[in-house]
Amino acid sequence: MTEAAVQHALLLSALLFAVGALGVFIRRNLITIFMCVELMLNAVNLAFIAFSRSLGMPDGLDGQVLVFFVMTVAAAEAAVGLAIVIALHRHKDTLDVDAFSLLKW
Amino acid sequence: MLEDPLVNRLPFWALWLPLVGFIVLSLFGDWIRDQENEARAKGDTSSLRARGTFWAMVMGCATVAAAFVFSAMSVWRLMQLLPGHEGLRFSQPYLGFEWIDVGGLRLPLSLLLDPLSSVMILVVSGVGGLIHIYSVGYMAHDEERVRYFSYLNLFTFFMLLLVLGGNLPLMFVGWEGVGLCSYLLIGFWYKKQSASDAGKKAFIVNRIGDAGFILGMILAFHTFGSLDLVEIAETVASKPAEAMGEIGILTTIALLFFIGACGKSAQIPLHVWLPDAMEGPTPVSALIHAATMVTAGVYMVARLGPLYAHAPTAMAVVAVVGAVTALMAATVAVVQTDIKRVLAYSTVSQLGYMFLACGVGAFGVGIFHLYTHAFFKALLFLGSGSVIHALSGEQDMRKMGGLRSRIPKTYWTFVAGWIAIMGIGLGSVGFAGYFSKEEILGSALAAHWPWLFGIALLTAGLTAFYMSRMMFLTFFGLYRGELEEAGHHSAGHGHADAHAGSHGHGGIHESPWSMLGPLVALAAGSIVAGFIHVPAFVAPAVRVEAPEPHFAWLPYLALLVSGAGITIAYYLYVMRPELPGQVSASLRPFQKLLEAKYYFDDVYNAFAARIVVGGSDRTLWKGVDTALIDGAVNGAGRVVGAMSLTARYVQTGLVRGYALVILGGAVALLYYLLWLR
Repeated sequence: MTEAAVQHALLLSALLFAVGALGVFIRRNLITIFMCVELMLNAVNLAFIAFSRSLGMPDGLDGQVLVFFVMTVAAAEAAVGLAIVIALHRHKDTLDVDAFSLLKW
Repeated sequence: MLEDPLVNRLPFWALWLPLVGFIVLSLFGDWIRDQENEARAKGDTSSLRARGTFWAMVMGCATVAAAFVFSAMSVWRLMQLLPGHEGLRFSQPYLGFEWIDVGGLRLPLSLLLDPLSSVMILVVSGVGGLIHIYSVGYMAHDEERVRYFSYLNLFTFFMLLLVLGGNLPLMFVGWEGVGLCSYLLIGFWYKKQSASDAGKKAFIVNRIGDAGFILGMILAFHTFGSLDLVEIAETVASKPAEAMGEIGILTTIALLFFIGACGKSAQIPLHVWLPDAMEGPTPVSALIHAATMVTAGVYMVARLGPLYAHAPTAMAVVAVVGAVTALMAATVAVVQTDIKRVLAYSTVSQLGYMFLACGVGAFGVGIFHLYTHAFFKALLFLGSGSVIHALSGEQDMRKMGGLRSRIPKTYWTFVAGWIAIMGIGLGSVGFAGYFSKEEILGSALAAHWPWLFGIALLTAGLTAFYMSRMMFLTFFGLYRGELEEAGHHSAGHGHADAHAGSHGHGGIHESPWSMLGPLVALAAGSIVAGFIHVPAFVAPAVRVEAPEPHFAWLPYLALLVSGAGITIAYYLYVMRPELPGQVSASLRPFQKLLEAKYYFDDVYNAFAARIVVGGSDRTLWKGVDTALIDGAVNGAGRVVGAMSLTARYVQTGLVRGYALVILGGAVALLYYLLWLR
């Protein structure tokens, strides 16, 4: 992978991460926030792959293996997270994240 | 090291069996009793289930009897082997692995079998076995008899470990173990306040002595680099003896160990627990507080004989403490009215005799007296138990009398013990106590301690007097109790040995054969035990030259003194029973001093107990613990609480706010990592 290609990949990764982070902060719908978190995770995955291809080849596969771990954890997290979302919706009939502010001083 | 499978294995078997007995009885004791009660409720009285506790007790006896057989076999084997091995004086059976092996400290699980420990294991398992058998009859109606036997077995295990242990820490395990069993058995009837108090007293007073033992061990390891008994004896022998009056390292070690011996063997000033220990069942008094455990201190001093021989100051302390204890306890015994307390003070006095013998260098003689004393004192205690049993729990001698014809078998065995403890005999014929007492007196004189000899002689006279007084009050004259006249056997007998109420028969009654058998065996022992000359037997193990007593006139003098004691007692308590009251009235202050046992308990209460309790209450509890420690902990909590009152507003409850903080943190961290570092 050439130097330029790596830079492009990293740039895309940074952009995706920024989009995801921004989404987490400005959106109120829980499902959207949830998907933005997934977006951030995948942005990081992309960075991992790019670094692995440029620095780790031919035999260092650590970055790519780590991506599989991230994906596995993300899948588990999605299951638990969506279950929580459903539970919250049943409780308050809304998915507005600002509605869930009981846990404070 | 002696390579003989028999001698290397048998002592361990003698050890394990009572332990196995304890484990089985303590694990299944309640189950056996419940099974028995269940079977009896159905009217079954003869099946194995319905006699479960009886067989459990038999098993308790069998383990100790087997331990005796194994002990006898290993001693016999050792004696057979020794002549064939020049210079060999002991065997060290080794279990094959270390207990502790750290740095320079190596403690193998090994025993030490030599003539000294041979005498001890035979006494412990032999006399102990007889007392076990006696207990079957004595405790037959006690609800918790299986628990009682499990403790007795545990005690036998620890006592054998104490006398067989090949190094000091192993001996200390046994030492502590017998202390624990003593506590458990004194407080066996724990629902009685005085019994549980007496147990605690025994335990706490023994702790003081044990502290001395531990310090002595540490100092011995520091000095000799080993805790093995044989190695210590050999190392000491290569060192120069310290001068009289010098407090060097050897004297310090010897004195520390003697503190331990004082606690366990009830010597002044730590003797106060033993008379109270009579709250336990009578066989326990015979086993632990007369024949075996309380003699552990004498055994330890004799075992460390070479050390003491190199520390003449410590020897002098041992001799003087022993002599003073002997005299003091004998005088207190004169005014006691409780039959068991007379025997308790008599035990303290006889233990003083043993220490006196050790203190003048005659360690073998001390062990000799230990051995004869085990027979006749166990006999006297068991005999008193038989008397108490006959009178359904009465222990006050003022309410006895005339029992000679009512319980003749007990009487005749008691007579044997009585003559043995007074040491009646002449020439080469006499009861057991005669030989050992004679040698103690002779050794004191031969070691040039004439005034110690005087004290010992006076004590011998007092011994004859108070034992005769007890004999005459109990068995002679007229019966002064009200047992046969009154309906008796009401539950109201305020009686230490609480088994009486459940007997099926009334009136004064002779004990069953399970109790009389051991009495007869011990009576035989009290008569013939003295013919085995123990000092010559244990001499190779003790390794100290004993003073040689050769005084042809001594037996006559001793006999005269004892005879005087008996005669005075006979005159006072049989011929003129009204006289003792008048005599004590004219000696009122002295009488009071004796009845208060020289005010030891009161002084300890006034000073030690009150200072400790008061200091704990006001200073340590309310001052240090409540104010200082609790104050610090609670204060820290209060400070955190106050700070949290403002800090808690950080928690806004807005999820996106938290996310923003996380992002801010991540950015700051990134900034630090990329540009500042």
